[in-house]
Amino acid sequence: MLKRTITGSLLATTVLCTNAMAQDVTLTIESWRNDDLAIWQEQIIPAFEAANPGIKIKFTPSAPAEYNAVLNSKLDAGSAGDLVTCRPFDASLALYDAGHLANLSDLDGMNNFSDVAKSGWSTDDGSATFCVPMASVIHGFIYNKDAFSEVGVEVPSTEAEFFAALEKIKEDGNYIPMAMGTNDQWEAATMGYNNIGPNYWKGEEGRLALINGDQKLTDPQWVAPFSQLAKWGAYLGDGYEAQTYPDSQNIFTLGRAAIYPAGSWEISGFNNLVDFEMGAFNPPVQAAGDTCYISDHTDIAIGMNAKTAHPEETKTFLNWVGSAEFAKIYANALPGFFSLSNHEVGMEDPLAQEFVSWRSKCESSIRSTYQILSRGTPNLENETWNASVAVIRGNETPEAAGERLQKGLASWYAPQQ
Amino acid sequence: MNSTQKPSRIKWHIFVFLAPAVLVYTAVMIYPLFNTLRLSLYSEVAQAREFVGLENFKTLFGDENWSKQFWNALGNNFWFFIIHMLVQNPIGILLAAILSHPKLRFASFYRSAIFIPTILSFVIVGFAWKLILSPIWGIAPGMLDAVGLKSLYAPWLGREAYALTTLSLVSVWQFVGIPMMLIYAALLSIPEEILEAGECDGITGAAAFWKIKLPLILPSIGIISILTFVANFNAFDLIYAAQGALAGPDFSTDILGTFMYRTFFGFQLQLGDPHMGSAIASAMFAIILVGVCIYLFAIQSRMRRYQF
Repeated sequence: MLKRTITGSLLATTVLCTNAMAQDVTLTIESWRNDDLAIWQEQIIPAFEAANPGIKIKFTPSAPAEYNAVLNSKLDAGSAGDLVTCRPFDASLALYDAGHLANLSDLDGMNNFSDVAKSGWSTDDGSATFCVPMASVIHGFIYNKDAFSEVGVEVPSTEAEFFAALEKIKEDGNYIPMAMGTNDQWEAATMGYNNIGPNYWKGEEGRLALINGDQKLTDPQWVAPFSQLAKWGAYLGDGYEAQTYPDSQNIFTLGRAAIYPAGSWEISGFNNLVDFEMGAFNPPVQAAGDTCYISDHTDIAIGMNAKTAHPEETKTFLNWVGSAEFAKIYANALPGFFSLSNHEVGMEDPLAQEFVSWRSKCESSIRSTYQILSRGTPNLENETWNASVAVIRGNETPEAAGERLQKGLASWYAPQQ
Repeated sequence: MNSTQKPSRIKWHIFVFLAPAVLVYTAVMIYPLFNTLRLSLYSEVAQAREFVGLENFKTLFGDENWSKQFWNALGNNFWFFIIHMLVQNPIGILLAAILSHPKLRFASFYRSAIFIPTILSFVIVGFAWKLILSPIWGIAPGMLDAVGLKSLYAPWLGREAYALTTLSLVSVWQFVGIPMMLIYAALLSIPEEILEAGECDGITGAAAFWKIKLPLILPSIGIISILTFVANFNAFDLIYAAQGALAGPDFSTDILGTFMYRTFFGFQLQLGDPHMGSAIASAMFAIILVGVCIYLFAIQSRMRRYQF
C-alpha cells in the first residue's frame, strides 16, 4: 500500500513538473567533454539563458572514448539531443551525409569564421558547412619550471637540446623526465607523433602532399618522427607500459615529472591541480634556426541534429556560439581551447597565452591522419596509435612502422596506390 | 461439477502465464539474434542498405586486414577459455570439496566471501585490479617488495606477453564462486549412505573424493564447463573496462567481443559498420553453437547418471 502511494505521488509530481516547465523549450547538448560539465553549467549556459529567456539548455556529456559510438546509436534511434558536439572531419561528415546533421552554411554566425576554421566541418568541396567551429587545440610540451631550475636545465628549442635536457633530468634522478604512458595508446600518437611530426613533414605542405599521394609514409620526413619517439622510451617512468592517461596527468601535476607532452586542453585541468609554476615550449626543431611547425588542430564544433523538434531555438543558440561573447567566455573559461572565430579574444591565462603565441612564430597545421586518410580500413589514425606505441616500446623499428602504415593506407586509398 | 468439463478444453491460463516470458524473451533475445544474422548479409552502399549475401564473411575471412584481427581475437579467446578451464574450475572444485567438509568451521563465511566478487560489476573489478597492479600507485609492487620479490614485478597489464593471462586470472578471481557453488550443491546432494557404504569397504578421505564423489559430480562439472565456454566466448566487459576498446597492448588482449564492439560501433576516427559487426557477431554465434553442440551430443549423451 505504502509502495503504491509513493509510486502514485511520484507520478503526480512528474506530471506537475512537466506542466510547470512546458512554456520553456529545453535543448539538449550531446558532448564528449565531460571534463567541462561545471563550466557549461556555471558560466556558458547561464550567460546564454540570461540573454535568451524561454530557452533552457541541458549539457549531457558522455565519456570521450565512447562518444562516437553512443552518439551514432542515439542518432540512429532518434533519441539524440538537439545540439551535437562535432568531432572534426570524417566522423561528422559521415553524420552529415547520413542526414543526421543539418546544413548550417546560411547561418549568420558562420560569417565569423575563416575557411580554414570551417574546413574540419565542411564537405570535401567546401560547399556545405554543418557545424559551428568552437575551438582548436595546440600541441606542445608543458614543463615544471621548479624542476627545470632545480636540475638546472634550460628550455630546449632544438632536438639535441631536448634530449640533453631529458638526459640531465634522468641523471639527477629526482624527477621522472617525461610523463607519458603507452597503456591507452592514443597519447603516443596524439601527443607524440602528431605533436613533434609537423616539424619534420613541414606542416601543411607534407600533410597535403600525403593526401595528394605525392609523399609516402615511408619517406624520411614521415619516418623521422618515429625515430624520435623510439628514443623516448628511455625517459618515461618505470612501468610506463601500463601507465594510463590519468596516471600521466597525476604524475605531472603531483610534481613527480619534469616534462609532459601535452595538448593545450590540459591547461584548465592542470591549473586547478598544480602547486608549482608551469611553462610550455613548442616541439623542438631539428637544427637551430629552422622554421617551427605546430599542430593547431581544429578540434571541436557544434551542429544541429537534423531531426530536432526546435530548429529555430537551436539556431538561436548556434548563432550565439558564433558571437564574440561566446568566444570570450569559452576561451577564458577553458584556457587551452582557442577560439577559431575572427573575433579578438583576450585571454588572461599565462600558459594559454604562451601556447597561442606560437601561432605567430610557427606555421600551423592540423593532425596528419584526420582529414580523408582515416576513411578506410585499416583506419590510419588507429594504426598510428598502435605504431607509435610499438616504436616507443622498441617492438617495431621506425622504418617497419612506416612501411606497415603505408601498406595499410595504400590498400584502400587510391592516390597512394 | 468438475467431472462435467471436457478434458480436451484448451487451457488458456497456460498461454496467459507463459506470455510475459515468451514476449519478453522474443523481444530482447530471439528477435535481436535473428536480426543480427540477417544484418550480416547486408552492407551499406551509397547510404542505402543492400543485400550482399556472404560478402561480409568473405571480407572477414579473406581480407588480410580483417582475418588477421579475427584469428588473433579467436586465438586470444581460446587462451582466455583455457585459463578458466585449467585454473577457475579445478580451484572451484577444490574449494567446494573443502567447504563441504563437515568439520570446517566458518564455512558459510568463506562461502560468502569467495562468492562476493561474482556479484561485483565488471567495471569495479577492472578498475580495482588496474589500480592494484599499477606500477605507479598500485599495491602489488609494494607487497612484492615487502617479501623481497620485487624483481618478479612487471607492469603486467602493459606487456603483450602477460596482459591476457593477467586479465584471465582477474576474471578467474571474480568468477571462481560460481563453479564452487554449483559443485558445493552437487556434493551436498550425495547421500550419506553411499559414503558410509564406501567406508565399510575401506574407502575414506581422499580416496572417497576421487572414487565416489568425483564421479557423482561429473555432470555438474560438465555443465560448468559449458557455462564457462559460453561466458568466455561472449566476454567483453572486463577487457573493455581494463584495456579499452583497442584491447592493448598491441591487440594482445583483443577477444571476439571487443573486436565486434570496435567494428559495430566504431572507435575514435573509425566509423561504426553495423553490417561487418553483425558478421563478426554471427561468427561468434556459430562458434558458440558448435561448442555447445559438441558438448550436448558428444559428451552429455554419454555421461552416466546415477539414481539415488
